[in-house]
Amino acid sequence: MDPENQGAIKDLVDEHGAENLVVVVGAADPEAIEVAAETVTSGDPAYVGPLAGVQLGLPVMHIFEDDVKEQVDPAVYESQVGFLEMTLDTAPVKEAMRRYRVGD
Amino acid sequence: MQLRGKKAIALGERDSVPGEAIAECLTSAGAEVVMVRTECFV
Repeated sequence: MDPENQGAIKDLVDEHGAENLVVVVGAADPEAIEVAAETVTSGDPAYVGPLAGVQLGLPVMHIFEDDVKEQVDPAVYESQVGFLEMTLDTAPVKEAMRRYRVGD
Repeated sequence: MQLRGKKAIALGERDSVPGEAIAECLTSAGAEVVMVRTECFV
């Protein structure tokens, strides 16, 4: 993850507290999802950004997950994400999120 | 997880769902979006 974004997230945790924050990602590449999730939970895996060695423990969700979709206004979801959900392969995304949750 | 009332970080990707689209969705779900980014993962 971009070091600048890591710094911004770190500042938000300092300001709002990790318990009040949630990270929602939109990447379709399982590796990108894993890197993002790892960075905001257990620290920057590349050890180059402000979150290197910093365990924020933030909850991570994906915009394609049913748990997120069910909470979004259906019309908004359809207009913002519907086409992408239809054209991108969501199975690897859901599998990456499942692996992240079980700590695999 | 309940999104309503949470402060949300929308972390999109250029080749998939952009941060702005995620933010629109989260706002409609009752979350307060505090950061929006669209990264380029190469």
